[in-house]
Amino acid sequence: MGDFFNALGDIATNESAYRNAIIAAVVLMLAASGELVAEKAGTINISLEGMILGGAFAAAIGQHAFGSVWVGLLFAMLAGIVVAWVQANMSHRLPADQFVVGLVLNVLVLGVVGFLASEIEPETNIVGRVRIPLLADIPLFGPALFDQPWVLYLVYPVVPFVWWLVYRTRWGLEVRAVGEDPNAADVSGLHVNKLRRQTIYLAGLTAGLAGGYFLFARAGQFEDSLVGGRGYIAIAAVIFGGWTMKGTVGGCILFGLVGSFVLTIPSLGYESVDPAFLAMAPNVVTILAMAFFATRVRQPSALARPFLRGLK
Amino acid sequence: MSDLGTTSTTIDEERAEVVAQARERSRRGVTVEVIGLYVICISIALALAAILVAVTGGSWTAVYTAMLDGSIINSGRIGLTIGVATPILLVSLGTIVNGRAGLVNIGQEGQLVMGACFAAFAAARLDGPGPFVLVVAMLIGVVGGALWAGIAGVLRYWRNVPEVLSTLLLTTVAANLMGWGLRKEWLLLAPASGRANRNQVSEPLPDDTRIPRVTWFGNEFPISAIVAVLLAIVLAVVLGRSIIGFRLRMLGTNPGTAMRAGVAERRYGVAAMLVSGGFAGLAGGFMLAGGDFGNYQLVANFGAGIGFAGLLAALVARQRVLIVIFVAFVFGGLRTGSGFLRATGVSGRIADVVQGLLVLALLLPPAILYVRERRRALAATSARV
Repeated sequence: MGDFFNALGDIATNESAYRNAIIAAVVLMLAASGELVAEKAGTINISLEGMILGGAFAAAIGQHAFGSVWVGLLFAMLAGIVVAWVQANMSHRLPADQFVVGLVLNVLVLGVVGFLASEIEPETNIVGRVRIPLLADIPLFGPALFDQPWVLYLVYPVVPFVWWLVYRTRWGLEVRAVGEDPNAADVSGLHVNKLRRQTIYLAGLTAGLAGGYFLFARAGQFEDSLVGGRGYIAIAAVIFGGWTMKGTVGGCILFGLVGSFVLTIPSLGYESVDPAFLAMAPNVVTILAMAFFATRVRQPSALARPFLRGLK
Repeated sequence: MSDLGTTSTTIDEERAEVVAQARERSRRGVTVEVIGLYVICISIALALAAILVAVTGGSWTAVYTAMLDGSIINSGRIGLTIGVATPILLVSLGTIVNGRAGLVNIGQEGQLVMGACFAAFAAARLDGPGPFVLVVAMLIGVVGGALWAGIAGVLRYWRNVPEVLSTLLLTTVAANLMGWGLRKEWLLLAPASGRANRNQVSEPLPDDTRIPRVTWFGNEFPISAIVAVLLAIVLAVVLGRSIIGFRLRMLGTNPGTAMRAGVAERRYGVAAMLVSGGFAGLAGGFMLAGGDFGNYQLVANFGAGIGFAGLLAALVARQRVLIVIFVAFVFGGLRTGSGFLRATGVSGRIADVVQGLLVLALLLPPAILYVRERRRALAATSARV
């Protein structure tokens, strides 16, 4: 046990561990910010995983074909929106169950992307680091936050922008109303399912971006195990954060830290820990975190409840 | 008077006949509409997959021919398909149970792996006559799967954790636990004498603890397939004709009513999760002892997506037990069929694409019909007003 705490101490003072943690946390943050909006409107968007994976693959194709990271990111967002389009229209125009649709989409995207990747084999590479002067000189956290692949800096505008959308615009107010009491929202003239579809498109956009970011910042080369359940952890982060942006970002950072610290443990010379436990640690921590915090927060009242006007 | 009476009867009869004819016509119309919708949706799904193959330079006719050959046409392949479909069917039976209770269990893959691990552990430790060991090991597999799903059930009802997420997250945990167990000789790893060096596999089941295989019309399959179909029938009766089934359905469709009618939400909900996981665990045990998945032993990545296939089969069959038997067979066929794809030079992953597209396509018709029905009903009410 002493060994374990020594390891924790070593990790807590290890700069590259923080750097990796932030890289891992940002993919969660980008995806979770859109997911938060969708959940605020009443959808648990399980297809987030598929959106991220689709985004990562499209980004790879974009860079492979056009040689530009920007085109890659654009493709990534489009791919996320395509997945979102299916999810939104099947669960909020037609009355298919949102979990069913989401799950099927995850399986389908994995199949399509795996198939295409084995046929095309896109070649991509990690983008270079850009150091932001002064800010990057802060000890310990500075390099993690401000000396990173430049795509990471996208998170700084995106997350506050999504927060602004939800909490400071008319649209955001309507979205929150739809998630709390769809019947009241409907009576006051809001188009409930249309608003819900829009939030899913937004989730697709940010999740696709998350996939593209992850490809360019960490993976470098596309493979179909790239996302590996991060979408589900992002959803858990929203629940952990009690459906607030602050809490969600906190959850993403926590899960990112866990995910990267377990990767750092062997490289610091603590090889006695079985890799299986390291691999499952993020999921276990996520489940435990939800078990401790999920009862203390209030979810949007109409979460995961489909809305049908009139007769039920 | 009597004249009048008879005329009015004939008029009534005539009217009744006209009404009956109209009803019959509309019923036939609706059936045609339903079948037509399904045919259209399935064709679109298959066409999309074909386009995907053609775009990437493959031959889609070769792909579909190979898949048909590999799943049903070549001799003996139907038996193989039945063997593969068996665990898929069991997993979907469990999914139907939790679906009836309004719970979304999507972690069958992990529950299946856990069941297989428990069964393998028990089979390697128990002494006694083979069939006895086999039965006990399968039951222990059921317990393993049930416990794994039970975690999610307990978290759902006592800690408010959505079971959608916890079941899924637990799947990865289960896979890693198996990987860990396969590195420890006191857990699952086979003794060094029984395996190639550094191979992480469990001890193969001895001959007499394997599930017996039968041959019908040149198709060989394990008798677990028959057990699975029998279980399906039992489940259909229990869900459709018993008080327990009724209460589960009530809990799923209207928890408020269920509460007022005295259905203990936690008890029935957790029980539904346990049963669901138990079916997945049994599927894992059958995969281990059935012989259609490797050499009667655990290997890395043992689940092979069977849990997810079973889940999808239940969703496609829209929670109806007897239809699920057919769907499970189709999904089993997609897997055995994909084994023949290597000859065509197209990646075997196209089978996953076909499966996903098919599921998505099969979700559409009921949804479309529902919307149309509602629109008609609304139009009818507004016309009356």
